Amino acid sequence: MAELNETLLETPLAALHRRLGARMVPFAGYAMPVQYPAGIMAEHLHCRASAALFDVSHMGQAELVGEGAAAALEQLTPADVKGLKPGRQRYGLLTTMAGGIFDDFMVANFGDRLFLVVNASRKAEDFALIEAALPAGVRLRRLPDRALLALQGPKAAELLAPMAPDLAGLSFLGVAEASIGGIPALVSRSGYTGEDGFEISIPAGEAERFAEMLLALPGVAPAGLGARDSLRLEAGLCLYGNDIDETTSPVEAGLTWTIGKRRRMDWDFPGAERVREELANGPKRLRVGLRPEGRQPARGHTPIHLPGGEQVGEVTSGGFGPSLNGPMAMGYVAPAQARDGTALELMVRGKPLPARVAPMPFIPHRYAR
Amino acid sequence: MAEMRYTKDHEWVRLEGDIATIGITDHAQNALGDVVFVELPEVGREVTAGEACAVVESVKAASDVYAPIAGRVVEVNGALADDPGTINREPTGEGWFFRLEPKDKAEIAGLMDEAAYHAFVESQA
Repeated sequence: MAELNETLLETPLAALHRRLGARMVPFAGYAMPVQYPAGIMAEHLHCRASAALFDVSHMGQAELVGEGAAAALEQLTPADVKGLKPGRQRYGLLTTMAGGIFDDFMVANFGDRLFLVVNASRKAEDFALIEAALPAGVRLRRLPDRALLALQGPKAAELLAPMAPDLAGLSFLGVAEASIGGIPALVSRSGYTGEDGFEISIPAGEAERFAEMLLALPGVAPAGLGARDSLRLEAGLCLYGNDIDETTSPVEAGLTWTIGKRRRMDWDFPGAERVREELANGPKRLRVGLRPEGRQPARGHTPIHLPGGEQVGEVTSGGFGPSLNGPMAMGYVAPAQARDGTALELMVRGKPLPARVAPMPFIPHRYAR
Repeated sequence: MAEMRYTKDHEWVRLEGDIATIGITDHAQNALGDVVFVELPEVGREVTAGEACAVVESVKAASDVYAPIAGRVVEVNGALADDPGTINREPTGEGWFFRLEPKDKAEIAGLMDEAAYHAFVESQA
């Protein structure tokens, strides 16, 4: 077991994780729980069956305030931010001038301000990029003193309801300021598991009491980064740094849907030239789902070959899906190989593992529409 | 039951007669988490001490399993293909990986005994 470097940051729930018996690992500069004593498999299945609580306080939270905040953010993303209605949240990409993906993020409109959640591994770069693009009168307010918890699973809503009547009626990607058990929270009905659920931002000082309050609800169990990863992969959701990065374009990644309609007429976002060219003539590669035959997983960086032939791509995320009860992966292949059902081979430790291109999500989403 | 010996890579070896049975320790299965797949060596393969000859895949990662001693593979635990979780439940029993005919049985005595292995695990914690 690698020793945790002493320079690792901790979330406000570090003491609670240790009390719960979590195995802590370094992730994006933080000591994070990869699993609790129940184990990844049980935590994953519990999330799909009931409700799981994740600490995602390592992620970057910030507010964008001032007249023209949405227009300012649109300089950096092809998402339609100006058209985002109060009380709604949207997934978007920060794009590079070359048409790559700088990061993916969630933006919510709380009426008087935009609320941003970005990846832990990119938050310093993202916030610097955003700040550099802001006109006078728009300000980025980092929120390092807030914790972020995700309560995910089919029972999340009914369990939270008695503590937070304000949240009744919040639909998928709806946001609200609410008091939950007396604690002021910014709540969105969203998540990274494919299940119904909530992401809840609260003051760091209240985080432990809040988490313990949720864990005391019947049917709520803690889940770590291991289950978070297998859940998001079953849901076909991208992990920044694995499945998308500065080399992949929104078109290659199958994330064209994050580009606002108006933005696709004005082509006024970073990397618009590449996106436009790829939409017109087709990208060189596409992100696809893959189902290996049998039970052997293929991990990230596994080469993808034509059966008995040349390499046509690489796996970017791969593992075993506990709910799928089988291995699953996503990766990039040439468009000629991207059709569902295409037979391919994954070269695992030098040996070909037969696999087929498969639709994603691997497990159907169950959002509260 | 014959005495078990251990490696720093967290394999165990048990010699019964002329055949050595090999698996991973409870500490190893606990660190790996839920095992979902194992790749076992071919029967008849000659292995050297320290050679990677099996792979164990948990939900989160793949790990090599090394031959603790030199020898020839004479049997593998085919039941693991259908129920790899046996490795988590009974790592030192039904969850064994493969059996070797040792090149030199004396090699086993050079591995750690249980007390030494426990001390080693403690020192790594």
